[in-house]
Amino acid sequence: MTGEVAVLGAGMHPWGKWGRDFTEYGTAAARAALADAGLEWSAIESVVGANTVRCGYPGQVAGATFARALGWQGAKVTSVYAACATGARAIDTARAQILSGMADTVLVVGADAAPKGFFAPAGGERPDDPDWLRFRVLGATNPAYFALWARRRMALYGDTPEDFARVKVKNAAAGALNARARYRSRVTAEEVAASAVVADPLRLLDICATSDGGAALVLGSMEVARRRGIRRPVRIRAVSSVSPRHPRTALDLPDIATDSAPAAGPGDDPFRPSIARAAYEEAGLGPEDLSLAEVYDLSTALELEWYEDLGLCGAGEGAKLLREGATALGGRIPVNPSGGLASFGEAVPAQAIAQVCELTWQLRGTAGDRQVAGAHTGITANQGLFGHGSSVIAVC
Amino acid sequence: MSRTRTPVVPGWFTPDDTTAFRLLGTRCRRCRTVHFPREDASCRAPGCAGTALEEVPLSPRGRVWSYTDGRYRPPAPYPSDPGLPWRPYTLIAVELAAEGMVVLGQGAPGVTVADLAVGMEVEVVPGVLAEEDGRTLTTWHWRPVPGEAS
Repeated sequence: MTGEVAVLGAGMHPWGKWGRDFTEYGTAAARAALADAGLEWSAIESVVGANTVRCGYPGQVAGATFARALGWQGAKVTSVYAACATGARAIDTARAQILSGMADTVLVVGADAAPKGFFAPAGGERPDDPDWLRFRVLGATNPAYFALWARRRMALYGDTPEDFARVKVKNAAAGALNARARYRSRVTAEEVAASAVVADPLRLLDICATSDGGAALVLGSMEVARRRGIRRPVRIRAVSSVSPRHPRTALDLPDIATDSAPAAGPGDDPFRPSIARAAYEEAGLGPEDLSLAEVYDLSTALELEWYEDLGLCGAGEGAKLLREGATALGGRIPVNPSGGLASFGEAVPAQAIAQVCELTWQLRGTAGDRQVAGAHTGITANQGLFGHGSSVIAVC
Repeated sequence: MSRTRTPVVPGWFTPDDTTAFRLLGTRCRRCRTVHFPREDASCRAPGCAGTALEEVPLSPRGRVWSYTDGRYRPPAPYPSDPGLPWRPYTLIAVELAAEGMVVLGQGAPGVTVADLAVGMEVEVVPGVLAEEDGRTLTTWHWRPVPGEAS
């Protein structure tokens, strides 16, 4: 087991779509996290920024961008990028600095200002970029991949579009209780079914939007938490950042084909379950220990995949677990009590940090109307393109 | 005036006037791992340091792993004239048994999701992606094998 780090503070800028400078969202989130920690900005020894490729140079040196906006004070600065897993990798970097003794107090910040519509690659003629190629050759948008996985579930497990709609209904009900969510209205199955098909079988309300937002955490050593008189801080016990193993046999963003896995070759070790497995191993915990989970519901169908990949149920049993109400607020293992991406929309570098903010509030027992009773252990899971997955386990 | 026919990516498939149209991958001479899209410099198998790779045609037929369609126009760099009405196309992921590989491609014109089912046999055929800057961009399409009912 690796050592633990303490979550001293958590803060977010609400999610929405305003098109303002992403620095504004991240700075507001950082100030909220500092206030929550009761720490002055000057007490932060290191800043780790979660990068965004969409916001130009400032977005790709996010650590420096936020340090400058908060006022240069000489802290170490690091900027990291791992697609949708960026926020969790920023947390992992901060954790490594704390556990190695390089810093005792670290501010992690991620923010984004997302364009309307499909995410698209950067311009120019760039055939050496697989992300550029999948748009150029196939017009394969992110929802197209979500739809391929959804259709595959329907064929393998008998999932139905009605099952997928139930995920949206559940997450919208939770998001309606979250003041930081972008979408705060309940949604009915009929409304999902009446929304336009984007990529068969997925409809507009099955697919997460792209949003503006910002999230931040102040992480510290256990010694700092003790010195500050925090008797039972929320602690990060594991951060998984494993990569896939060859051969990858599940088609994944942004690839046009899988690896080749001849019948005589090595057995398949699918990537998504390996992400959670590494987190469980590091934490010395298992799915039976969880109070809640925050998972990357890029689509409704993908949330069901995560149930299985986290070991909340067996392969193909995700829809059954959902129908039983186990993953709703008040259920046995609530998933996405924040409302998930269904209620937030994705602000890429902020999203995995926001997941840990939600764990923090849930484990402190301060999540208000969406509080999971007696929550003591939570997991996050997310996956970014190009083989980036992350999972964070926090305990209190 | 005849337009120039240009593959959307060079080297990924045989010329579209060949009788036996195929996707083209590469195979490591050392460990025999097949790569598509092609790797020409270095084998990607983790236990292999092979740098000699030879071109190989991929299996012409496979079975549908999954499928979807694009109801909205994809963003650039997808070649599509915004002045013309958007016509949805299918995307089909096809499992090739010999290679143990799933390869994505567009469905041939006229193939809709209603024509497809997971497990159905399909074949690769030459196709046209778009007209762009006076060129006809060619590609590969997947098409249900005649006689294969959905």
